[in-house]
Amino acid sequence: MATAAEIEKQAEAREVRNRWFLSAPALIIILLAASGPLLIVLFYSFLTPGPYGDVVWKFSTEGWVSVFLERDIFDDTLSFASAHLTIFWRSLKLALMATVATLVFGFPTAYFIATRPERTRDIWLFLITIPFWTNLLIRTFAVLQVIRNEGLINTALINLGIIDQPIQMLYTDFAIMVGMVYVYLPLMVLPLYASMEKLDFRLVEAGYDLYATRWQVLKRIIFPLVRPGVVAGSILVFIPAIGAYVTPSVLGGGKNMMFANLIELQFGQGRNWPLGAALSITVMAIVMVALLVYVRNTSGSEVRHG
Amino acid sequence: MPDTPGKNAIEVRGVRKVFGTGEAQVAALDTVSVSIRENEFFTLLGPSGCGKTTLLRLIAGFDFPSEGEILLYGSDIAPLPPFKRPVNTVFQSYALFPHMTVAENIGFGLEMLGKPRAEIDARVAEMLKLVRMEKLAKRRTSQISGGQQQRVALARALAPQPKVLLLDEPLSALDYKLRKEMQIELKRLQHETGITFIFVTHDQEEALTMSDRIAVMSSGKILQVGSAREIYDRPAVRFVADFIGETNFLDASIDSIDGGKAKVTLKSGATISATVADGFKPDGDATVVIRPEHAKAVKGTGDISGVVENVVYFGTDTHVHVRLDDGETFTVRQQNTRGAMMEFERGERVGIVIGDDAAQILKD
Ligand SMILES: Nc1ncnc2c1ncn2[C@@H]1O[C@H](COP(=O)(O)OP(=O)(O)OP(=O)(O)O)[C@@H](O)[C@H]1O
Ligand SMILES: [Mg+2]
Repeated sequence: MATAAEIEKQAEAREVRNRWFLSAPALIIILLAASGPLLIVLFYSFLTPGPYGDVVWKFSTEGWVSVFLERDIFDDTLSFASAHLTIFWRSLKLALMATVATLVFGFPTAYFIATRPERTRDIWLFLITIPFWTNLLIRTFAVLQVIRNEGLINTALINLGIIDQPIQMLYTDFAIMVGMVYVYLPLMVLPLYASMEKLDFRLVEAGYDLYATRWQVLKRIIFPLVRPGVVAGSILVFIPAIGAYVTPSVLGGGKNMMFANLIELQFGQGRNWPLGAALSITVMAIVMVALLVYVRNTSGSEVRHG
Repeated sequence: MPDTPGKNAIEVRGVRKVFGTGEAQVAALDTVSVSIRENEFFTLLGPSGCGKTTLLRLIAGFDFPSEGEILLYGSDIAPLPPFKRPVNTVFQSYALFPHMTVAENIGFGLEMLGKPRAEIDARVAEMLKLVRMEKLAKRRTSQISGGQQQRVALARALAPQPKVLLLDEPLSALDYKLRKEMQIELKRLQHETGITFIFVTHDQEEALTMSDRIAVMSSGKILQVGSAREIYDRPAVRFVADFIGETNFLDASIDSIDGGKAKVTLKSGATISATVADGFKPDGDATVVIRPEHAKAVKGTGDISGVVENVVYFGTDTHVHVRLDDGETFTVRQQNTRGAMMEFERGERVGIVIGDDAAQILKD
């Protein structure tokens, strides 16, 4: 006769087995499709660049050294690779700004949709996803058409007599920002909506009842309760934003590079694949650490809230 | 009720509330007018879906009347958003903030009013003691039982000392004993704080024992407003008599009416006297209403007679269910006294004596 404790233990073991079994397909795909290529990149970062791109199979740490340091071509001395830092800093800044901007625009949008009657919500969500139907490149060129010197905004402003010289918006950080906000907004709205939909709006009423103004209700009740959506949305926007390639190369021109453009440069004209590989791993590691800190802090502050 | 306007905490004037449009339209409140006096324990009593919550929501400011107006101490509150109304609500669903502790929930209203921390803490401690939740102050509201949640909801609404407290079935999740205790506690609180309570319940016993006045509602209308005694002893309409307490209905024909009194002949042939509700002029046939405790079962003949179907012993009294000769059922409630206990057996023939003034004739 098995005791109750034994039966419980067996049930638990069965549960664990089932869980592994059910998640096996996903795990296999992740292992093969994500970890495999990453390992190749990591491996390449320790090789020597070939003369016409590609790599020669000889161990070298030069790729990693040049992530952080610059070797002077004349006297071979090392100095700090400030260009890389500048580009990384710009990427980080733009990605953060884009995340905040999508949050600022996405929050009211998601709130609006979540407070519509159930039947019309689907229509609004459908409208939000329409931009996904179009290729990213085309959407980015659409933004370009709007903000370039002969574009919609400048033409309109000149015709209205508000300005007489076009405002230079294209090929600035601002242009990259606008492009990223436009492209990534749905990625913020959808998870925000998902958590707002679950929000019990009677709590909002309870807040009003207890003398909280609209702003206080937002800050003290709605925001803490939809925090999971804010966290998810921020991550979904921040990760592709810091790795953005198409948007900065179309809207930022040649000089306002972001990190992805720098990496691409090493694999292309730069002919320094190990450096490109090392840069990729570096940015990935930084993003991972940043996300861990972010997630830990936001979920921790929820417990301490109030 | 001819009240002086200044004395009324809340005055509801001709309020209609319609939900939906076109075909799907429902009038949740159909031209309701009622005055609630200052420092009164006022109860809205009625079956599920009769519009009790809707009326509270209009007073709290979460919804707006389709027609009519609501006055708070004589002034129209329509322009005030809920957070500017000195009115707090104990929600039917509690609506406690899940991301805050019990103590933070209770202190929320005071915090929003900008009270100093020390005052908030003192008041929260006082409220926790009042609802006997001191030990659970640090718990999340998702980690306490339904009854405990209800008490937190009560404490949270009371903490800011509103002028009017709206309570939407605040005791429904409590067990019998705690419920009785909280009833007494609520009454005491209401008395001490001088806060006007508008209390919603569909439990008639709760309504009768706690209220200064009761409004009986049915499908969006207020049928009668009065003290527990008035409602019970002199129901204005048949629905009220039926809803409050147990009632027997007998068909009768009216012989004569003299002022508030009528002589009626029952189907059994017996003639009894009955009171007629104010302002009601019945003619011909009528339904006579008799409370179970106003009739008496006897061995032998009475005004009507029948066969005992069931005898239920309730401790303090006994209910005798009788199948009358005309097929209707009739319930008699008699008190149990130690000495003279009248024993009835199932199947026994009994007579029922209807006391003077026991019968009433009511509007449908
Ligand atoms: N937002 C709404 N939309 C449409 N109909 C509503 C809405 N709120 C309430 N009603 C309807 O109005 C009527 C009264 O509802 P209300 O909630 O006031 O009843 P209640 O007396 O509080 O009932 P209960 O005792 O079950 O809580 C019901 O028929 C209900 O279906
Ligand atoms: Mg209700």
